[in-house]
Amino acid sequence: MLSFVAQRVVKGVIVLLAIVVLNFFLIRLAPGDPAVVMAGEAGASDQIFVQQLREKFGLDKPVPEQLFIYVKGIVTLDLGFSFRQQAPVSKLILERLPATLLLTLTAFAISLVLGILFGTFAARFAGTWLDTAITIFALVFYAMPIFWVALMGILLFSVTMDWLPSFGYETVGANFSGLGHVVDVAKHLIMPAMTLGLFFMATYTRMTRASMLEVKRLDFVKTARAKGLSDAVIQRRHVLRNALLPVVTLAGVHSGTLIGGAVITETVFAWPGIGRLMYDALLQRDYNLLLGVFVICSAMVLTFNLITDLVYRLVDPRIEFTS
Amino acid sequence: MPKRVLLGLLLACGLTASALAQEPKTGGVINAVIQPEPPGLMLAMVQNGPVQMVAGNIFEGLLRYSPKLEPQPELAESWSVSEDAKTYTFKLRKGVTWHDGKPFTAADVLFSVEMLKQTHARARNNLAQVDKIEAPDDYTVVFTLKQPFGPFLGIFEVGSMPMVPKHLYEGTDWKTNPYNNAPVGTGPFMFKEWQKGSFIRLVKNPNYYEKGKPYIDEIYWQIIPDAAARSVAYETGKVDVLPGGSVENFDVPRLSKLKDTCVTGAGWEFFSPLAWLWLNNRQGPLADKRVRQAIMYAIDRDFAKDVIWNGLGKVATGPSASSIKYYTADVPKYPYDPAKAKALLKEAGYKGEKIRLLPLAYGETWQRWGEAVKQNLQDVGMNIETIATDVAGGNQKIGDWDYDIAFTYLYQYGDPALGVGRNYVSSAIAKGQVFNNVEGYSNPEIDKLFADGAVATSDSKREEIYEKAQKILVEDVPVAWMLELQFPTIMRCKVKNLITTGIGVNDGFKDAWLDK
Repeated sequence: MLSFVAQRVVKGVIVLLAIVVLNFFLIRLAPGDPAVVMAGEAGASDQIFVQQLREKFGLDKPVPEQLFIYVKGIVTLDLGFSFRQQAPVSKLILERLPATLLLTLTAFAISLVLGILFGTFAARFAGTWLDTAITIFALVFYAMPIFWVALMGILLFSVTMDWLPSFGYETVGANFSGLGHVVDVAKHLIMPAMTLGLFFMATYTRMTRASMLEVKRLDFVKTARAKGLSDAVIQRRHVLRNALLPVVTLAGVHSGTLIGGAVITETVFAWPGIGRLMYDALLQRDYNLLLGVFVICSAMVLTFNLITDLVYRLVDPRIEFTS
Repeated sequence: MPKRVLLGLLLACGLTASALAQEPKTGGVINAVIQPEPPGLMLAMVQNGPVQMVAGNIFEGLLRYSPKLEPQPELAESWSVSEDAKTYTFKLRKGVTWHDGKPFTAADVLFSVEMLKQTHARARNNLAQVDKIEAPDDYTVVFTLKQPFGPFLGIFEVGSMPMVPKHLYEGTDWKTNPYNNAPVGTGPFMFKEWQKGSFIRLVKNPNYYEKGKPYIDEIYWQIIPDAAARSVAYETGKVDVLPGGSVENFDVPRLSKLKDTCVTGAGWEFFSPLAWLWLNNRQGPLADKRVRQAIMYAIDRDFAKDVIWNGLGKVATGPSASSIKYYTADVPKYPYDPAKAKALLKEAGYKGEKIRLLPLAYGETWQRWGEAVKQNLQDVGMNIETIATDVAGGNQKIGDWDYDIAFTYLYQYGDPALGVGRNYVSSAIAKGQVFNNVEGYSNPEIDKLFADGAVATSDSKREEIYEKAQKILVEDVPVAWMLELQFPTIMRCKVKNLITTGIGVNDGFKDAWLDK
């Protein structure tokens, strides 16, 4: 197993560097650079000003040299400096990381738990009204755009009922501490986490249901039934466990996108996370910051893919690691 | 609906007047919206709108400007101009300290001017006529100009020339100076906290030189990126002030009808945002003046004002907004007249060549306006293709002259020499840059008029020059002027005296108070 992990890590580093190089060029394909954006925002621009900004950002250097400087930085774990925000990129990302992780992990937990639960019920009662109700419920949340669900949630729970705050991470200026702070953050978290979670929940529900129905038809389930095992035991130990493999695969893919995947939710709910940081950096052509977020997101995807492979082994002991 | 907004504005003006008569109360917190999140707060280094809106409370300029754009004292308590209009002497206020307790002196002014020449494009242009700047003593600053410069007294507001603490910036690498993110100014409010992505907190400067001011204890600038969410934040009582442009225009009538809500269009006199269509004069059908005039006749600008902007703003008559100096309405008129537009296109020999239109990626209102203009132009037989870009991509295309028609709006900074001429004189044609003469219009007569207007010393002479320039430009239609924009500020009626100058919320909240 150790050699398997080591080999995957080496491959992962090579893939990461390839992603860095590809992203470096992709970003530069978009029209406009940080100097043009900032000159425009200043309400005036002249040749000296734009040139000064380009020199400041190192954009006056040949592109291969810019790439060399960037990759050299990445190798030494230096993600560069955001001249627009006048701060190191790693500091900017770290500032936003806790909020993003809180949101996405909560949403991930909601989606996985509810998804598997609903999927199991739907499969168990396939063809009944309960199955139909769960399927419709899942499809509705899957089909509706996230921003729409978010805005409707705000309209219902903030404007009409006044139960939950409509934006932000905490009540600004309230200076809560201890349990009060936890409750305050939780109140702010409910709507964004549910919005994001219900979308992913729909996928897990559908996948669990389909996978369980497929497994149910297999011979070993008949054998288990013939052995006289109770239905609950068959569902839990034999059907669900085998049906979870595709769900784990999907969860692995989703978890890799946890850091940058909540752009819309973070924007509508003014949640101070990395998705918004990335979106702003894109609009402002803040190259270093955007590349920095991409590097972290890519590293996350690679790490979670590795973890997914390891979890396979736990879920299905028949799978073996080969180098 | 527009009438109701107008009524709201009038009511708000009345309320402002009555607020002036009341005795200000001290204390309280104002929650205001800021969007987008400022990249930094060091006004000398970054000059976009949100930076000035927050940092205008922290930093100060030598002067402020009334709604009629008359200079008023700020860090300079008085000023005088020599007879030849080439020497300007400013007497600085005594007893002013930076937020760290160090005194503000003439040395700071000299340092700020030198720094701004390198970091602030607009300041550098404004200071181009300055031959030398001297400080005979700690509280006197003398600017000597190479030649008279009519609008010189109009370049000292906080956004155009913020004062920078010499003792914190001299000898440092300005771009990485730690005070860029924790700025130290002389203003009524001090920087306290910035939770990136959430809020910026400013607190009262207890040592402010105007005794008793500011009245407010704290300001929270809330960062809410989505326009609909900003409307909801106001609706649910989480913010008290929505500065102009914070919400989509179609939300303004609804929000202005909420209980205890006041609306004002004041505070934009200095900026006077004017929207127009860049028309690429260099190539294709738009090189013909008749086609450009046809565009002016083809577009229903009253519809844009009444429907897309909900009655806010005013149809533009030419290159100057009606609120800035030397404006004249006595120029050729272009009413909505599709028949005349068609006749002009026919006369010019337009044969349906494709014309690319770049809308402005500033949100839903601007997208709708782009669609309306496209439809107007198609109605008179023009073949319009919309090119969708984001702001950065649009700026790049416009700067590279790779467009036919493009939406924009620009500030005028109170004087034609500061904010108008740059878009029409041929010396401002420079590829790769935005917001200069990107349409490529070149007319030696206009060049001379703007050159003469800048150095003329008497108001009557300047008026004569700029009126003539406006008439020529409106006849030539180098760009298609659309609307004088109005960005109403929406606030709780308990917030008093929020806007007292021609720079509005960008000038800081030092006069504001809460009627609790």
